[in-house]
Amino acid sequence: MVHRASASHIGSALSMSDIAAVLFGNIMKFDAKRVKWEGRDRFILSKGHACAAVYAVLAALGFFEYSELDAFGADHSAFMTHISHKVPGVEFSTGSLGHGLPFGVGKALAAKKQGNTWKTFVLLGDGELDEGSNWEAAMFASHHRLDNLIAIIDYNKLQSLDTVAHTLALEPLSSKFEAFGWSVKELNGHDHRILAEALFELPWENGKPSVLIAHTTKGKGVSFMENSVAWHYRSPTKEQLEAAFLELG
Amino acid sequence: MRNAFIDELTALAKVHPHIALVVGDLGYSVVEPFADLFPDRFINAGVAEQNMTGLAAGMASEGYHVFTYSIANFPTFRCAEQIRNDVDYHRLPVTIVSVGGGLAYGSLGYSHHAIQDYALMRTLPNMLIAAPGDPMEVRSCLRYLIDNPGPAYLRLSKAGEPNIHCAMPEVAPGRWLKLYEGRDHEQALVCTGAGAQVAMRWHMNVGVGRQERSIFSVPLWSMKTKRLQRDLLNKFKKITTIEDHLVDGGFGSWMLEASVLASNGNEALDCRIIPVALDASVCDTVGSHELLNTVGGLSSAALFID
Repeated sequence: MVHRASASHIGSALSMSDIAAVLFGNIMKFDAKRVKWEGRDRFILSKGHACAAVYAVLAALGFFEYSELDAFGADHSAFMTHISHKVPGVEFSTGSLGHGLPFGVGKALAAKKQGNTWKTFVLLGDGELDEGSNWEAAMFASHHRLDNLIAIIDYNKLQSLDTVAHTLALEPLSSKFEAFGWSVKELNGHDHRILAEALFELPWENGKPSVLIAHTTKGKGVSFMENSVAWHYRSPTKEQLEAAFLELG
Repeated sequence: MRNAFIDELTALAKVHPHIALVVGDLGYSVVEPFADLFPDRFINAGVAEQNMTGLAAGMASEGYHVFTYSIANFPTFRCAEQIRNDVDYHRLPVTIVSVGGGLAYGSLGYSHHAIQDYALMRTLPNMLIAAPGDPMEVRSCLRYLIDNPGPAYLRLSKAGEPNIHCAMPEVAPGRWLKLYEGRDHEQALVCTGAGAQVAMRWHMNVGVGRQERSIFSVPLWSMKTKRLQRDLLNKFKKITTIEDHLVDGGFGSWMLEASVLASNGNEALDCRIIPVALDASVCDTVGSHELLNTVGGLSSAALFID
């Protein structure tokens, strides 16, 4: 769909595809036939540019037909190339970075106040952590003991122009979150078994929000896209698409 | 006005359990009645307006009607994108409340002068501006916003403004409320927010006989209601708008656009609109509320501009 729409951000989508697959496939509660079921877990994609991965997962789970993905990026389509709440199963539109975590904090706070047990998952990019709004939300979430909130950082070490380390160094990222009062785990963001085990039982510590720092590879699975800033922007040609499919099997 | 706000909001919260108040570490000696009665629905988000607005949107998406509260430009410009994307685009019931609209915080300086806020809010397609002219209008606007939940911006002055209405008026978006019935049926003064206080003060000062235009207050207005102004504009030959905001992007500018839209494809309106608003020179001046309004051009002389 990214090829058909001549869209960008395929590298970002491949980076988080395994996380999305595990979250929707093994962890979160939802009902694809009752999209607004009140007991569902809430998922917020804060790095909205990587929405192709989420749309694909939602189609696979029956939120809508696969054929609807043909409208990705098309005129008058609900399937904008930044995630859109007009697509069934999507809670919140993003696109500008640093919006997902504060919104998720509001959902988690509401759930606590209403005595609801569903959880809020927010998936963020690493470059996105440059935005101060995330750290405002991080401080608020721990102060209010929002242990029903889980942030997942897609830590592929690349941002829009350069590496994260060369742009604004995030390290020590784990210690930063710990200092903000979060419970932290760091693991391989492409290993389904490890991801599922880590997220199976939440929260990791009562009274603390959880953050999973998932080490990932931008463009994962397609050798010529992996670890390349260019694939933040490029759209695959027909030949590149075929080569990518061959590699992904 | 801020006292009427908290009094009315507290009364409404008694019967509407979904009302929540989120403040940006401001509201000392104002918000306590609400906080004391509803500690579970009162949240101090700290000095962090982006998160305050984002989390308000998140709570609103789960059934709350959230009021964010701060002063001057902090709950608006500081978190403009959260208002645009999270609140307005998702059409969520979040009312952004700013105290100190216009030049009410005169001597505190430019950072505290909210004189471009209408311009920001006017450009958001789902946003309703609530700019009451007196404490009665504050109460009416609040009741309207609770009954008609959606993105809204409530702009308040400070405290001590006298009531103009003797009872709570019936407000609706785009509706003009008559404050004074003049004998001159060709001209009118049309105000929003604290502009109504300015107009009524001028009116009292110049004396009966000299100021015979009717005076209206328009406390609720928005992008959508601009198209509802034709019939109102059609009744007059000359309308002077009054507001404590820069002319650019303000209420008078909105009215001018309304008159152009009303003329498009229709018979041209025979109504001149003269916006009386603050001059940008006020941005470089510090002083009392009254002094700044005068420097900015809201003096009685402005009432008689042709």
